[in-house]
Amino acid sequence: MKGNARSPVIVVFLKDVRSELRTRYALNALIMFVLTTLSIILFSIGSEDVSPDVLSGVLWIIIFFSSMSGLSRTFVSEEERGTVMTLQLLAKPLQIYYGKLLFNIFLMFLINILAVTLYVLFINSFTVRSYDVFALTIFLGTLGLASAATIIAAIIAKANSKGTLYPVLSFPILLPLMLTVINATRLAVNGATLLESVGEFQVLVSYIVVMVTVSYLVFDYVWKE
Amino acid sequence: MTKSLTLSARDIGKVFSGRTIISGISFSLESRQSLGLTGPNGSGKSTLLKILAGVLSPTSGIVALTEGGSGIPEGDRFRHIGFVAPYLQLYDEFTAMENLEFTDQIRGAGKSREELESLLERVKLLPRKADLVRTYSSGMKQRLKYAFALVHKPPLLFLDEPASNLDRDGIAIVRDIILEQKSRGMVVIATNDQEDLQFCDSVVSVDRAAGGGSHER
Repeated sequence: MKGNARSPVIVVFLKDVRSELRTRYALNALIMFVLTTLSIILFSIGSEDVSPDVLSGVLWIIIFFSSMSGLSRTFVSEEERGTVMTLQLLAKPLQIYYGKLLFNIFLMFLINILAVTLYVLFINSFTVRSYDVFALTIFLGTLGLASAATIIAAIIAKANSKGTLYPVLSFPILLPLMLTVINATRLAVNGATLLESVGEFQVLVSYIVVMVTVSYLVFDYVWKE
Repeated sequence: MTKSLTLSARDIGKVFSGRTIISGISFSLESRQSLGLTGPNGSGKSTLLKILAGVLSPTSGIVALTEGGSGIPEGDRFRHIGFVAPYLQLYDEFTAMENLEFTDQIRGAGKSREELESLLERVKLLPRKADLVRTYSSGMKQRLKYAFALVHKPPLLFLDEPASNLDRDGIAIVRDIILEQKSRGMVVIATNDQEDLQFCDSVVSVDRAAGGGSHER
């Protein structure tokens, strides 16, 4: 009934969650990527003593490439199934965008929780000394990755060479984010306080605001043929 | 009392990659009227329907949908229309009922489960409501698209090749829907089927080679 009406953004998000649980379009790719990459890193490190600074970067390499393997699916799957027009006939472009963004944030949090837990458990040389800085870095890094990846996915979904274009287009856009989260993770590993890390968090928040604002401005054009 | 709706198109043109698909299409349509769009394959009937529905932007010209004299913004046009076409896809991994529930919720139509079931009954799909759409035949999918288009009782219905993939029973259901839609709103039908065109008060030819134009029936 109308009194129980959900926002179209939530309806799109729930539709994507249900669709993902049925098809495992992105989830399987993301989980497999995290597991295989982590295994390769474990085998290659062996009993070597790798510096925590290097391991901070390696963690974000896993997160970056796993997001590249899965986050584009949210728009690409609609394009491949031919349901883009169906959505265009049902809701405003920005309602679709925010629904998809919410889904990518949800998916990214699931994957990052898995990746970080396994990483901390299995990579012995990686010891976090400042948990609050680390948690905030993962939280803001996830939001930043999802916000950039969503709009890039919407753009590349219209292209013919989707698979190649996604990481190529994402890399320069995500570079400032990756450099900042790697640095913030390094600070967390070295035991820096929240106050000492505030500069990194300011950059991350600014990045998220810029990405969401740019997406808000351009999505109408991207969505409509 | 519902306000009367008017759909007008003025000098609509569309160019794709330097190739003119349609040009100079103009017409006006009011409540309780129906319009047919005809033309050979590739003449731009589907493109014109998408432009009218607000899914595609025209390269030139203006489409206006007005309600009681005041214009409806292009971004809100989707609330007033239903669209059925062979190229429109529903979610294969959902059941027919889940597709309709999704449509109902995203549109905020507020239909009860019984109302959605009666829509499925109307297109004779109620016994298969719990089956995944991927198990449906192309004709059943086409029937489901009619239920999808009618969830919010749109005042304006766009039909592209309305009888596509349908058997005799399916065609009878569609003609019944067209007649009901004509009694409470507007219908625009893109087809070359003379039997479908019988339901149209006027016809616009999208055939550029033949010069285009419209005529009353």
